[in-house]
Amino acid sequence: MKRIKVLGSGCANCVTTAKLIATKAKDLGIEVDIEKVTDVAAIMGYGVMSTPGVVIDGKVVHAGGIPAAVAVERWLRG
Amino acid sequence: MFAVFTRLADWVAFTLLGLSADTKLGDAVHFFVEDVTKIFVLLVAIVFAIGVLRTMLTPERMRRTLAGTRRGPAYVLAGFLGAVTPFCSCSAVPLFIGLLEAGVPMGVTMTFLITSPMVNEVAVVMLVALLGWKITALYFVTGMTVGIVGGLVIDALGMERFVEDYVWKIRMGEVAEVAVDRSLRGRVAFGAAQVREIVGRVWLYVLIGIGIGAGLHGYVPQDFFARHAGPDNPFAVPFAVLVGIPLYSNAAGMIPVVEALLGKGLPVGTVLALMMSITAISAPELMILRKVLKVPMLAFFAAFLAVAFVGVGYLFNAILG
Repeated sequence: MKRIKVLGSGCANCVTTAKLIATKAKDLGIEVDIEKVTDVAAIMGYGVMSTPGVVIDGKVVHAGGIPAAVAVERWLRG
Repeated sequence: MFAVFTRLADWVAFTLLGLSADTKLGDAVHFFVEDVTKIFVLLVAIVFAIGVLRTMLTPERMRRTLAGTRRGPAYVLAGFLGAVTPFCSCSAVPLFIGLLEAGVPMGVTMTFLITSPMVNEVAVVMLVALLGWKITALYFVTGMTVGIVGGLVIDALGMERFVEDYVWKIRMGEVAEVAVDRSLRGRVAFGAAQVREIVGRVWLYVLIGIGIGAGLHGYVPQDFFARHAGPDNPFAVPFAVLVGIPLYSNAAGMIPVVEALLGKGLPVGTVLALMMSITAISAPELMILRKVLKVPMLAFFAAFLAVAFVGVGYLFNAILG
């Protein structure tokens, strides 16, 4: 199971990003645990300044803006 | 270059809908159709082009550059970076903390936060297209000046003490260098994604702005503003700024309103003061900044900008009036 964190202060883009990942994971039949991180200190702890950011299994794979669907697929398969 | 949109609006308003060009409704519909088509075509083209260029400038890179620049030049640089960096107010808090944590002075950080919503590529290109070079240049130069002077004043007053204490305790992790697809295809894909995201965020403001502009254009008597808020009314400028403070629209949404107000003979200074006040200060943005700034600093921030915009309004009315 992949542990995914979506970093962001709860803005619309962050919600969209989390939904996008959940939908993709379901389509691909991959089990994921998605957690939204809204605490600024925690977000900054990942070295992310532009939100939403995405962390997969402890590694930052994305920062700033809604990720592309193909990118999400690549992270989920990788 | 933009005549095609006028012809399209002619066709829709006068041929398709059979309205007369002399009626208020015909005039308003014409304005609406012309501006909607023109602005959305421009918006998509500009956001795409800037999106492609933006693959070369990430906030993480900006932070490094600003942190490594001497204090004086850093103010000017922060103003320019504010103008070219995409700014979603939801990123304001992490950006603010990230810059301070990297050792960027408080004043420079505030310069960035002031210019970012006020001066941006979308506003500049649309101002050029709809209102011409002269007003665009005025808007750009004064927007930058207000941002830079604001930053310098905040620095001179030692406003760091009004930053929430927890901000200074945050230690940023190793800055994540997210791999960017540097191929042409990757850059184009990023540009397209930016169009989806930015146009998705601003379209409603633009549409409301055009609607208000069309209403003003078609229904407000030609001499209404000239009579009540003309150059000889000294309260017009402060009134415009006060009205603009709680309201929010992004710069793209404001431009059709500006176009209509200027068309009604409102002086340029008064209109630019209103536009700056609406884009740069708003209730939602103050609430977001409250997370990192204490109340005295916020009050100072809003008051400084309001006074600066009133000054800008009077100055331009005097020069161009």
